[in-house]
Amino acid sequence: MVRLLKEFKQDTREMREAYCAALIAAAEADPRVFALDCDLVSSVGTGAYVKRFPDRHLNCGIQEANACGVAAGLSNRGFVPFMHSFGVFASRRIMDQIYISCAYAGLNVKVVGADPGVTAAVNGGTHMALEDAGALRVIPKMTIVEPSDSVMMEDLVKRLAKHEGVDYLRMARKKGIRLYEEGSEFPLGKAAWLREGTDVAIIASGVMVYEALRAADMLAEEGISATVIDMYTIKPLDIESVVRAAETTGAVVAAENHNVIGALGSAVAEALSENCPVPLERVGVMDRFGEVGPQEYLMDIFHLTAGDIVEKAKRAIERKR
Amino acid sequence: MQQYDYDRMRRLSADIRIETIKALTEAGYGHIGGSLSIADALGALYGGVMNIRPEEPDWDERDFLVMSKGHCGPALYAALALRGYFPMEDMKQINRGGTKLPSHCDRLKTRGIDMTTGSLGQGMSSAEGIALANRLKGLSSYTYCILGDGECQEGQVWEGAELAVQLKLDRFIVLVDDNKKQLDGPVENVRTGQDLKKKWEAFGFHAQRVAGYDVEAICDGIERAKEAAGVPSVILLDTLKGLGGDFAEKVAFNHYMVMNWDMANKAIAEIERRLAEGTYPRGDVRW
Repeated sequence: MVRLLKEFKQDTREMREAYCAALIAAAEADPRVFALDCDLVSSVGTGAYVKRFPDRHLNCGIQEANACGVAAGLSNRGFVPFMHSFGVFASRRIMDQIYISCAYAGLNVKVVGADPGVTAAVNGGTHMALEDAGALRVIPKMTIVEPSDSVMMEDLVKRLAKHEGVDYLRMARKKGIRLYEEGSEFPLGKAAWLREGTDVAIIASGVMVYEALRAADMLAEEGISATVIDMYTIKPLDIESVVRAAETTGAVVAAENHNVIGALGSAVAEALSENCPVPLERVGVMDRFGEVGPQEYLMDIFHLTAGDIVEKAKRAIERKR
Repeated sequence: MQQYDYDRMRRLSADIRIETIKALTEAGYGHIGGSLSIADALGALYGGVMNIRPEEPDWDERDFLVMSKGHCGPALYAALALRGYFPMEDMKQINRGGTKLPSHCDRLKTRGIDMTTGSLGQGMSSAEGIALANRLKGLSSYTYCILGDGECQEGQVWEGAELAVQLKLDRFIVLVDDNKKQLDGPVENVRTGQDLKKKWEAFGFHAQRVAGYDVEAICDGIERAKEAAGVPSVILLDTLKGLGGDFAEKVAFNHYMVMNWDMANKAIAEIERRLAEGTYPRGDVRW
């Protein structure tokens, strides 16, 4: 059951705090949980876990490929490893290790990539994962999730700890907008329907969910009724929800903090064209490299704001004719 | 010192070569060179060194082996079949569609294969993870990892080496098949002036170089490695790519060969001849 807060506000808790609390809870519930870091304990925010479970933690140092392989070896012997780094290193840098040593080998490894897209902000283009989900989505049987607030973060981590397989968690680490009431549940592979409208459906993930909700309000002021879906599982995609959204509105906007090539927008396009072709507009980074700057600035220059979603929504509605 | 039946090991190594040659000849081609050079180490490991239960491949307290140079799976499959993990008949299915014996090791497909490998360098890390996990579980089992000499060009090997030393994984034993050749030719042409032993020592490993074609020398090396407390070990196996398969010994490029039964039968006869003569597996091969 998903319950939206009546009023959205700046979260009092960082996403990484919620992550770490959930990791500690998972480790308390399951002695097999083990954490690996790559010299980013203070960035990723696993310090409290390290303090609580020093014997079930390994800081591998600056060697993501080895850390991923060690995680695979631990999984081979029954542990449930959670491996952390920045998203750029936890995906494209170690794609082959995730592919061969973890996924192809049929093991159970949780990879956590911090700072997706514009949330990397002042770390800039080298650290801005705009392709992590797209790169990993082509690995068979991968599960890719992107929480949109801290309540969802805790619930998803609990589920990943119990889920057998290779999973990638796309984690904004700073404070975001709090969207959900405590106790909301987010089963893997299912979308959360936040608004039901009739004219257009906005399918978003991560930081773009709040923008999508704002866009829906802006559209409502112009008499346009929008569905808003939080597609927190990028793979496997909830195709049923995509199709129902298309059937009930006839126009779709996919909104993601990622290159428009490869991840949510691509997945939605694939699902629509195979099942229910309706006009689709994509909001995301238009095949550009990342840049340095504050998150708000980056959202502006990459056209990732509620206003950009509104514009694309109208264009999609226009194309219905 | 542990006492081993070296005659049994030499016979097992000869049979690993013979069955590998037969299987790859049946397939028509395959990664023969590196499979032949690692046969004596496999004969030692599966002929008494490793604590394993072929009737219970997933026995929790067993020793583990990760064939990081995954393309030498065929030699490992021969060892496993000879030890009864699966029928020798299965060797005829190497590389066939739907086979349980793919060209590179796959833990999901083959009984007795501890880890999936094939992307060079990665087995170092996963083997290290297995060794760490076994220590965390309070087990006294050993984890062996077989690398190629060419494979040591992969950066991941050295990431793994650093961490293994840091973790003091003294039940982690790396065997490097120093067979002097990689796919494109002699290793020394690709990477000049390397002293692998010094390099491993510089990383903090207990390092030895032994005659990699001599099961007694291999076993002695492993015993010394086990005695080295608080550090992981590496044993550089002085071998020659293609050793013990006379058609492979005679050609420059033997990483992957097309084979026929004339070549195979002659090679098998030569293996038996050298074994009977007591010069097995080198014969008069010099390097």
